[in-house]
Amino acid sequence: MRGYILKRLFSIIPVLLGLTIIVFLIMTLIPGDPATAILGSYATPENVAKLNRDLGLDKSIVEQYFIWLSNMLQGDFGRSYSLNRPVLDEVLERFSATLILSGTALVLCTLWGVLIGIWTAARQYGWTDKILTFIVLIGISIPSFWLGLLLILLFAVQLRWLPASGMYAIYGGGGLLDLAKHLLLPSLTLSVVATGVIARLTRSAMLEVLRQDFIRTGRAKGVPERQILYRHAFKAALVTIIPVIGVQAGFVLGGAVYIETVFQWPGVGRMLVQAISQRDILLVQGGVVIVAACYVLFNLLADIAQSWLDPRVKT
Amino acid sequence: MNMEALKSALALLFRNRLAGFGAVVLSVVVLVVLAAPLLPIHHPDLTNPANRLLRPFSTNHLLGTDHLGRDLLSRLIWGTRLSLVVGISASIIAAAVGAFIGIVAGFFGGRTDNLIMRGVDMLMAFPYILLALAIVAVLGPGLINALYAVAVVNIPFFARNIRGVTVGIAHREFVDAARLSGMGSWRIIWSEILPNVLPVIVIAISTTVGWMILETAGLSFLGLGSQPPQADLGSMLGEGRKLLINAPHASVVPGVMIFVIVMSVNLLGDGVRDALDPRLRSGALARPAPVTRIDRETVPEKIESNALLDVQNLHTHFEVGERVYKAAGGVDLRVDPGECLGIIGESGSGKSVTALSLLGLVASPPGVIKAGSVRLDGKDLLSTNFETLRSIRGSRISYIFQDPLATLHPLYTIGDQMIEAIRCHRPVSKKEAMTKAIQLLEKVQIPNPKARIGSYPHEMSGGMRQRVGIAMALANEPEIIIADEPTTALDVTVQAQILALLSDLRRQRDLALIFITHDFGVVAQLCDRVAVMYAGKIVEVGPTEEILAHPAHPYTMRLIDCVPELGGGKRKLSAIAGLPPAVDRLPDGCAFAPRCDRAEEDCRLGTLATTPAGTSRSVRCLHPSLEQI
Repeated sequence: MRGYILKRLFSIIPVLLGLTIIVFLIMTLIPGDPATAILGSYATPENVAKLNRDLGLDKSIVEQYFIWLSNMLQGDFGRSYSLNRPVLDEVLERFSATLILSGTALVLCTLWGVLIGIWTAARQYGWTDKILTFIVLIGISIPSFWLGLLLILLFAVQLRWLPASGMYAIYGGGGLLDLAKHLLLPSLTLSVVATGVIARLTRSAMLEVLRQDFIRTGRAKGVPERQILYRHAFKAALVTIIPVIGVQAGFVLGGAVYIETVFQWPGVGRMLVQAISQRDILLVQGGVVIVAACYVLFNLLADIAQSWLDPRVKT
Repeated sequence: MNMEALKSALALLFRNRLAGFGAVVLSVVVLVVLAAPLLPIHHPDLTNPANRLLRPFSTNHLLGTDHLGRDLLSRLIWGTRLSLVVGISASIIAAAVGAFIGIVAGFFGGRTDNLIMRGVDMLMAFPYILLALAIVAVLGPGLINALYAVAVVNIPFFARNIRGVTVGIAHREFVDAARLSGMGSWRIIWSEILPNVLPVIVIAISTTVGWMILETAGLSFLGLGSQPPQADLGSMLGEGRKLLINAPHASVVPGVMIFVIVMSVNLLGDGVRDALDPRLRSGALARPAPVTRIDRETVPEKIESNALLDVQNLHTHFEVGERVYKAAGGVDLRVDPGECLGIIGESGSGKSVTALSLLGLVASPPGVIKAGSVRLDGKDLLSTNFETLRSIRGSRISYIFQDPLATLHPLYTIGDQMIEAIRCHRPVSKKEAMTKAIQLLEKVQIPNPKARIGSYPHEMSGGMRQRVGIAMALANEPEIIIADEPTTALDVTVQAQILALLSDLRRQRDLALIFITHDFGVVAQLCDRVAVMYAGKIVEVGPTEEILAHPAHPYTMRLIDCVPELGGGKRKLSAIAGLPPAVDRLPDGCAFAPRCDRAEEDCRLGTLATTPAGTSRSVRCLHPSLEQI
């Protein structure tokens, strides 16, 4: 087990490297001269050349990459020119808000998705199955940013039960309860699509497992049907469900971009959108690298969870 | 795909009502959108400050107006047009590039494959939307750039899927044949590979186009897609959002449209996938119920007997679509306490189905018990409620299955599985159950049971696994054990050990044993009586020694002839010519007649009853060999 974890830990190094290469390549593909883009079209050639030198843009692309990478490894992600502060500080501050939001959403979608999946599989072709499957289909098809607006209209504007935006109340806010109130709508909205995806997959994984011979053995032993469903079948189905939850973590982290914009949640997603419209490339770069790295780590966790569950993959 | 298959796929698609509904809604939307320039609607960009923020159902403006007084209906139709064009273009670009990459990787294999798939995996390590954002960040906001971003982000998905399929095809005979005929790689890809991966590409597009429409709308919503005055559904929603409180209709209307489009695309996509994926046809993914469906018109009358288990006229059918497979077509069996009954027959003769029917373990759907009774101590098991049946399963009657690797749960230790078997029927503590489990493992001669109890099934050898299966069957001291070919998956020496073990245990515990096999040698070694099954019916039954010495049914004779004799026997080893009949199209008369060298005209007429032969035997044959009985 420990050997497996170590092996997996090492195996993410090339993935992380590849990730930085892709981000770097995308960023160097910017059409035109970045220095001109930053300084504006009225900049003097001397200023452009100086900035190019300062940014290290006169070096070869490979050299540039390694300079960029080693800076990053030392915690230097550059300076955001629109906010005039170090990128890393800004990103880390925003990232904690994003983690709270998407972490809650991930817990919600895992819980509900798995439960709905098991229920529908257990009652295949029954009414519960048909109704829930249809609701799940709606959940998958609904644009989350629109659902967010509808929820704001209903719960914040009409009923005035919950706040419409932000993470804490502006006056007299703070504390867990305040956070929970602000978190409820956005995390729910963010979890809807992933709930649908996980529910669908859980259903089909459960149906697949329930046809296996070892389920028949369980029944032949006289194991009660609940236990067949929740212990025998679910444990075996989890082996296929866990990687999907890992992938959904990516969708939730990405979907946070919309939800943070709709609910004005002070997270990385909203920061990225603002940074893009202000052409603050370094900020975009830093945000993307950190969120993507977090996603890679999360998938690593999913892999380890799976190996812990399934003794057959240990080696 | 030929025309025939295409037709049946289309028929299947439209049998799925939801998919049909999606198709209709989608076609209506597409028709309206295509006809946009001809429709009597306002110009979408015509501003009119006097008519700002009119509510829906205002005169002249069915869906109201936005903050610049532009007609929302017209903007909705034109916006939908734009969103659809962008979403569909993105999926076509992604599919084309992705399929190209996938085919190249899959067809050429080796280092090309390795290199390409590494890159694809790297791209997939990104959260999707984030990568799209990075691309838009570089290219700058704009609808075309958003289209590229969404397309690029989806390429890995297509590449991976198509590669998988291509690898499967690249080494098939027809591709090899094309290679040998001197065709170049690219021509082979064009003429042999592409037509075969096309259905997969279609499935992949149909499942992703909804997402792509949604994602481009999302980017526009964030202000990174279409720029004013041009508006797609996403940017309409984004503009509407700013007026959420004063004019909610401005954001509700475009959102409903996105939802309707994505929903109907998804419904249609599910339908397409179901229609093209053969695995999903004919309810192959149906979940077996906890107990076989029972659909009997009458229950056979009880016959007084002192048998422990008495099976009468058992009919178990498999109903697959229009076809009915009569796997068990009227089986009568009797097992006395402590007796070992062998059931023998070729594969597909219905032995296992019969055995599983006794406790309602036949998978259903498609299995259904149509007639008969199974009486344990005179009480019909097919009439009891589920809870009673469950309390009998594994406690009074237990099973040993054929392949213990597939029939033991792969993710629980054998100890856990045995403890569970014990605690299902008895209120004992975990510790007591553990002690009992260790004793049982000792009983079945597993060396060092205390250590082995923590093993997983995959860590044991086949023989050891089957011993665990036997130990588990013994867990609650049953009266009857049903062993369904327990030694078939094992090699010969292990087979002999397991048989000896079963034989010993049976005698020690006075167990009744129903032993299912296709090997008369095993029957001779183990069973008191034997029942020979053919095409779902018992064709001969009687004491093992008598039947071995003087088989009455021609089929029994042939089966016995199949057993090789050790030490240079005098018999000639012979296979039985022909195949058993398909049980959905049984011939009239005797099912064995087509393969029988004693068959006469009357064998092919009516139905055959069993006739007693001697005191303890019966045979279902019109011309049995009865000389010596």
